[in-house]
Amino acid sequence: MKYDLIVVGGGPAGYVGAIRAAQLGKRVACVEKERAGGTCLNWGCIPTKSLLRNAELYHLLRHRASDLGFRFDNLAYDWSKIIARSRAVSDKLASGVEFLFRKHKIDNIKATASIPEAGRVSCKGADGKEQILEADSILVATGATSRPMPGLAVNGKTVIDSHYAMIIDPQPKRLIIIGAGAIGVEFAYFFNAFGTEVTLVEMLPNVLPIEDTEISVSLERALTKQGIKILTNSKVTETSTTKSGVRVTVESREKQTFEADCALVAIGVSPLVPAGVSLKLDPKGFIQIDDRYQTNVPGVYAAGDIIGPPWLAHVAMWEAIQAVNGIFSDAKPKRLKTFPGCTYCQPQVASVGLTERAAKDQGIKFKVGKFPFLANGKALAAGEPDGFVKLLFGEPHGEIIGAHIIGAEATELIAELGLAINLEATHEELEETIHAHPTLSEAVHEAVGNAFGLAIHI
Amino acid sequence: MPITIEMPKLSDTMTEGTLLRWVKKVGDNVAVGDVLAEVETDKATMEMEAFDDGTLSEVYVSDGQTVQVGQKLALLLGAGESKPSESKESKPAESKPSAPASKQSDAQKKPDAEKKASQPKQPESPAPQPAKTADSEKAAAAETGQRVKASPLAKKVAAELGVQLENLPGSGPGGRIIRDDVLSAHENRAETGTQAPKPAAPTTPAVVPPQPVSQQDVQIQLGGMRRTIAARLLEAKTTIPHFYLQAEIDAEPLVQLRQQLNTANEAAGLPKFTINDFILKATAVAAAHVPKANASFAGDTIVQYGSVQLACAVAIDDGLVTPVIRDAQTKTLSQISAEVKDLAAKARSKKLKPEQYQGGTITVSNLGSYGVDQFFAIINPPQSLIVSVGAILKKPVVNAAGAIVPGQRIVLALSCDHRVVDGAIGAQFLAELKRLLETPALMLV
Repeated sequence: MKYDLIVVGGGPAGYVGAIRAAQLGKRVACVEKERAGGTCLNWGCIPTKSLLRNAELYHLLRHRASDLGFRFDNLAYDWSKIIARSRAVSDKLASGVEFLFRKHKIDNIKATASIPEAGRVSCKGADGKEQILEADSILVATGATSRPMPGLAVNGKTVIDSHYAMIIDPQPKRLIIIGAGAIGVEFAYFFNAFGTEVTLVEMLPNVLPIEDTEISVSLERALTKQGIKILTNSKVTETSTTKSGVRVTVESREKQTFEADCALVAIGVSPLVPAGVSLKLDPKGFIQIDDRYQTNVPGVYAAGDIIGPPWLAHVAMWEAIQAVNGIFSDAKPKRLKTFPGCTYCQPQVASVGLTERAAKDQGIKFKVGKFPFLANGKALAAGEPDGFVKLLFGEPHGEIIGAHIIGAEATELIAELGLAINLEATHEELEETIHAHPTLSEAVHEAVGNAFGLAIHI
Repeated sequence: MPITIEMPKLSDTMTEGTLLRWVKKVGDNVAVGDVLAEVETDKATMEMEAFDDGTLSEVYVSDGQTVQVGQKLALLLGAGESKPSESKESKPAESKPSAPASKQSDAQKKPDAEKKASQPKQPESPAPQPAKTADSEKAAAAETGQRVKASPLAKKVAAELGVQLENLPGSGPGGRIIRDDVLSAHENRAETGTQAPKPAAPTTPAVVPPQPVSQQDVQIQLGGMRRTIAARLLEAKTTIPHFYLQAEIDAEPLVQLRQQLNTANEAAGLPKFTINDFILKATAVAAAHVPKANASFAGDTIVQYGSVQLACAVAIDDGLVTPVIRDAQTKTLSQISAEVKDLAAKARSKKLKPEQYQGGTITVSNLGSYGVDQFFAIINPPQSLIVSVGAILKKPVVNAAGAIVPGQRIVLALSCDHRVVDGAIGAQFLAELKRLLETPALMLV
């Protein structure tokens, strides 16, 4: 039987693309060498959110219990259980994806795929048996994996990547994290909350370097207050493993050497290009595509992490839907413009659209509106007064061009602003929309007002 | 699963098609490859084939109706399938990616589905159709006074620039008009100086309606081809900076060579060559020799073609088409001659396939057989050069010895796109054509 579409990879781009094609009435197979769900569901977004929920609760109970009127005599945690819960959440969701495959009659093939030529996918099972499947179109959604650091090879014990970091047992006493992007920052928060001594090293001037600088600086203060040692503008120049762990030399203005049980390498990702037909790659090794998500090989398409940054599950899902819609219709697929980015430490960080830096670089005239959660009733009632909302409006029309939130539930609050940017809302539509009282979302409303001198509570 | 058959897009420029005649009737069994209907596009009449087996359960468009590309034409049921209930029927349409992207707004979805279910015949009358947008739903919405879907920012910018939102094509979520759409409409207006934004009304340029003159006046509805000619040539003549070159060529050697070859061909029972065959051959060779003339303007770049896709204007009943001789630089005179005969015959019977008239890189237009002695054709975009060929005329000429003698002359003219072809390049190309045609043996080697 010939398929209409074979999807290579079962992560967010792969499984979503496969389901969309099935919804369009197509015969679809999805080839994945591991469990469905990809990095996101098995070794990324989802299991880490489980760990962070534990960290948040423990941090709250340990540091804030007395403010909130609780008293504990012997607050304790069970590290193995925390990890087991995180794995159980992944298991549940992965079986959910497998259920969706069955529901949509998608052939879920557990094998390592290669693409000998357009129209053909070779699937090699764990038993070594190989079968060739045929399809009119192929969607490559093979994703990416942690980028290795030269001279500091991951060994799963003293040098780990994010995969090992979420199952490390016992808990390290001292941890050095190289790279302060979302992954580095989330693990820094997680381990620090449970009492690991954490050093976070970043080459660029700020943690979460792609975020608005004001947000990054605010986060640095909050994390430092929590006890994380942060070294920005700092480069790892020497590494060695010792009997008990690792030794890392960091150079900034001065040279410092740190010893730790373990080093976590979080310096980005590398592409996982499937074997076979030679696909045109960009200088960093990610697959190059055209406006229809097609590679240089006609009939072979690609979406998700494998086509380059931003490496985000929600972007991958969206791209896969665009690509599949394009494959099976004349409609022109859209390419990525605006997308939210979220970091789930506490305080949380979320953003969509342009940073102040980017707006200035592009020569866009803009106005800024800000509102602190300290002046928001719900934030005070919830005991979460840290952080603020910062919004950027284009001039002269007042369209929203960027939104940046640091604080409790920032990652949930950002959705409204993504919609606003996508629909080209101006400050007037946001201003005229009633935001429920008392909610954290009132801070968004007040930040809009603040830009135009109309905020009530500040 | 029941299969909805839609108006296919049969050429690059096709936005609508006329269903000339259903070949299969409701209730007929259909096999893959069967001809379902005949469809007239802007370029040709084509047979629409079935891609699935089944029974033709319903047709939504009757013979002679013109509909947009992508519009539902019929429903095909597989063996043992029954017609889906109405609520089901709207479902595949909703999940079709093209539908939410370009056609159905959330607000309009439901009433629209009901309308289609209850009135299988098209609500749009086949009568004169105003400015066609890519998005027929929106045009309909504007006509019926429904709200125009535009972003708040687009509305502000449009008000400021005085751009009409009605009939603007939207590229935002669900076909919504966004700022970029307004800005590009404004830029187009600034460029063309007309109120109608270009993408919105490609086929109906602003025209002063003619006053009726007498009882004998006839109004002729524009067919798809005439609309395309009107739109494309207006665009070409108003947006391409044309300039013109011409040269009179000594046609004596050409006429003699043709005579020799035709005498031989006649003896061998082979078809004769026309003068135009030689001109096509010479154009192919000259274009290969002067590749800068065989090129297109592409915004930030110029595309210089690596082969000569030679288009040849053919007049047909209600218009003209330009079928293309592929890789003409590699073909012999006999091959070109045979091919152009075949293509012209197909063009006249409207049997050209899209791949037979798309992708030309340079065009030859010959009005010599009508006795025209010289003219300048309009460039056929995205090409940059068209060769206009007049008739061979007998006239007195001054020969090498300075004496006035009877001679045979033909005028070749070039219309060039100055963005791509400068005067010197055009002149070089024309000189090459002249050299080849005055020593025609050169192009046979």
